[in-house]
Amino acid sequence: MILDAKIPSGPIEQKWENHKFNLKLVNPANKRKFSVIVVGTGLAGGSAASSLAELGYNVTAFCFQDSPRRAHSIAAQGGINAAKNYQNDGDSVYRLFYDTIKGGDFRAREANVYRLAEVSTNIIDQCVAQGVPFAREYGGQLANRSFGGAQVSRTFYARGQTGQQLLLGAYQSLARQIGLGNVTMYPRTEMLDLVLVDGHAKGIVVRDLVTGQIISHSADAVVLATGGYGNVFFLSTNAKGCNVTATYRAYKRGALFANPCFTQIHPTCIPVSGDYQSKLTLMSESLRNDGRVWVPKQKGDKRTPDQILESERDYYLERKYPSYGNLAPRDISSRAAKEVCDEGRGVGETGLGVYLDFADAINRVGEKVVAERYGNLFDMYERITGENPYKLPMRIFPAVHYTMGGLWVDYNLESTIPGLFVLGEANFSDHGANRLGASALMQGLADGYFIIPYTIGDYFARTGAKKPSTDHAEFKKVESEINDKTNRMLGIKGKRTVDSFHRELGKIMWDNCGMARNEASLKKGIARIPELRDEFWKNVNIPGSGGELNQTLERAGRVADFLEFAELMCHDALTRNESCGGHFRTEYQTEDGEAKRDDANYCYGSCWEYKGVGQSPVMHKEPLAFENVHLTQRSYK
Amino acid sequence: MNLTLYVWRQKNRSDNGRMVKYDAANVSSDMSFLEMLDVVNEQLEAKGEDPIAFDHDCREGICGMCSLVINGLPHGGQKGTTTCQLHMRHFEDGDTIYIEPWRARAFPVLKDLIVDRDAFDRIMQAGGFVSVNAGGAPDGNAVPIPKDSAELAMDAASCIGCGACVASCKNASAMLFVAAKVGHLANLPQGEVEMDTRVRNMVAQMQEEGFGGCTNQYECEAVCPKEISANFIGWMNRSYLKTTVRTPYQSKAGGE
Repeated sequence: MILDAKIPSGPIEQKWENHKFNLKLVNPANKRKFSVIVVGTGLAGGSAASSLAELGYNVTAFCFQDSPRRAHSIAAQGGINAAKNYQNDGDSVYRLFYDTIKGGDFRAREANVYRLAEVSTNIIDQCVAQGVPFAREYGGQLANRSFGGAQVSRTFYARGQTGQQLLLGAYQSLARQIGLGNVTMYPRTEMLDLVLVDGHAKGIVVRDLVTGQIISHSADAVVLATGGYGNVFFLSTNAKGCNVTATYRAYKRGALFANPCFTQIHPTCIPVSGDYQSKLTLMSESLRNDGRVWVPKQKGDKRTPDQILESERDYYLERKYPSYGNLAPRDISSRAAKEVCDEGRGVGETGLGVYLDFADAINRVGEKVVAERYGNLFDMYERITGENPYKLPMRIFPAVHYTMGGLWVDYNLESTIPGLFVLGEANFSDHGANRLGASALMQGLADGYFIIPYTIGDYFARTGAKKPSTDHAEFKKVESEINDKTNRMLGIKGKRTVDSFHRELGKIMWDNCGMARNEASLKKGIARIPELRDEFWKNVNIPGSGGELNQTLERAGRVADFLEFAELMCHDALTRNESCGGHFRTEYQTEDGEAKRDDANYCYGSCWEYKGVGQSPVMHKEPLAFENVHLTQRSYK
Repeated sequence: MNLTLYVWRQKNRSDNGRMVKYDAANVSSDMSFLEMLDVVNEQLEAKGEDPIAFDHDCREGICGMCSLVINGLPHGGQKGTTTCQLHMRHFEDGDTIYIEPWRARAFPVLKDLIVDRDAFDRIMQAGGFVSVNAGGAPDGNAVPIPKDSAELAMDAASCIGCGACVASCKNASAMLFVAAKVGHLANLPQGEVEMDTRVRNMVAQMQEEGFGGCTNQYECEAVCPKEISANFIGWMNRSYLKTTVRTPYQSKAGGE
């Protein structure tokens, strides 16, 4: 298989402009003859569904939550990047492009990232026009803050609820299109498989989560905006419902899955408190603007933080990375936290935690200003831990947060299956091996508002309207496969609960394919996962039936896919014999413990082709050419 | 701690439903309320019994999916807190806890503690937006917005659409939900343009969905996990009144 990324020729500044001109158009009167299925209604899916409907396409949108407004984009706290240079501090499209490529440890495609930086400015304008209440200065201008991995202030925010406000903007646009009859919305509906007709993506099969009915939907193209797969670890900052099923099903139908081992561990989350823990909660990275990270210098120091003198504290991020300090990128900060905890200097009951201390900031600007900036985050911390962060330093620890890997897409965001487009976190395109803070929101909205509306038209213009009927044999075949699988799962009636399998899988992944991996651990994971999967199919217990609202069955289907997907992640991590970004192989590190890339041998995207359950997948490489950015060892010192 | 739970069980929309007693043993005070229910459910599943169905997703108090009336109060009555962020340290060993779904005609129960909140989406579709297509927006700083207006808009915009306001109201009124959206958009110049049609259409849809009227009891404000002020309701009422005065004068081209 030859992967053609379809990167336009010409200088990087002109690629997108030229490409837009070269893309074929569908005239306004013909747009209504084409239909699009959009799965997922977060920033990427919600903005895509509304934008495509605005253009005149017939859109059908799906989400598993009870309303499109609940997608997990809503939980993003800190902000959204854009190269507006409103602060006059030297920002530019090129600098945002450069920071993102470097932040991704040189494992992303230059052309896509440049385009992302380019349209970032339109996103802010669009959101302001929708009525997103961004933070403002006293003069009425938009306010900015700085974020990890950047030395300029380019992050726009709406208190600590930026994701919520941006999502509500997209949701409101979507609501308007639903009201106008241009979008048909199916909430509480989960995509269970993709349907191909003559090699093109032409529909999906879904389960109505209220009635349990299995139903087919056909269209001229399918857009997946179904988010990331962080819940393979069971504990993550993702919402409980986040899952890999849509993208994994597409992979099983022939779409390549790229860089699945690139997962981001976020440095500032509330530590685990017990076995019952159902998810981890993020404390926004923006806190690192004012909070200082430290641990005691002494091992096993059990004193309370107020008893530890300034001279007995190790502000290790400031010590190791003086120029970026507490704002070092996420992968680096997370690993540094793991390192000090491994040395026995971690804090809290479990020793798996570091302090994030606001005492200096409170002394400098006062409690009131700190409360204005982070009040809701401080309240949330107190609700969860019962501790007051104005008085005591927060305890934080890294947790799985975002997945850079995803379905492979070309410059048009089209996967290797023609007519299947993939947006947002679900694709692999823009963040390389590590995503910078406040860039996920930027990417989701860039894909949905400003890229897919152009590129999908070209596909339609080239292929014509060919929406099949859902009576087509391919749909009937997929429906019956799903029914068989559901009946098989329900018929097991074993002894273990779905969550017990999910927890165990999460533990295997965290221990063997987590913040640090090596050959031995990955081989252990690859051996252990199929055993657990076999046990699942023999011993899981799912009460109730398929013909009703059955939350256990919903979870079981997702866990069954995670149990296959986890193996793919380990394979990917095992074949990448280098460290880069969020992928840290302990065998490959510099003398001072930093990730050691191997550009001579691994400067490519690993794109995996499905070969059957339990069979080794086959890798195809997309070589990465860096024509504008010079490959360097990433340094934040 | 050990707790006694009385939980509303209802098989589906047409079932009558009833309270069923469960024991929750060895509950840790660091658990969230939903984690406590997870543990009860895992025990039920292990016995092959149907677990208690409840809505939830982000579990960090922002998606608005979780609900539950706990001991008579939506989200359990902890100030500014959703059910998923309510922790068991606020309960005591030996407590009896009653858990019910949102109760409102416009929110029919689908199963156990899960209700259908599509009515909220339909209200939003009636006018909860600024009619602007993607592309062609002016520069974000082209129109300065006073910080106070932006902050006030943000106060209203922080509504998570959970429906606790409806569940707490003896009239099952959705006024706080609607007023929050109207108040958010009307405080920004971008939203001002469609203010009249928005408030009329959203209020009309709210009435059509079967939500009751507001009788100023402020229960909604008391239980709102985002502490949205009931002042927005008064403000919306005034806006609504103004539009009824203004509407007789329309251009020949018609409107809306």
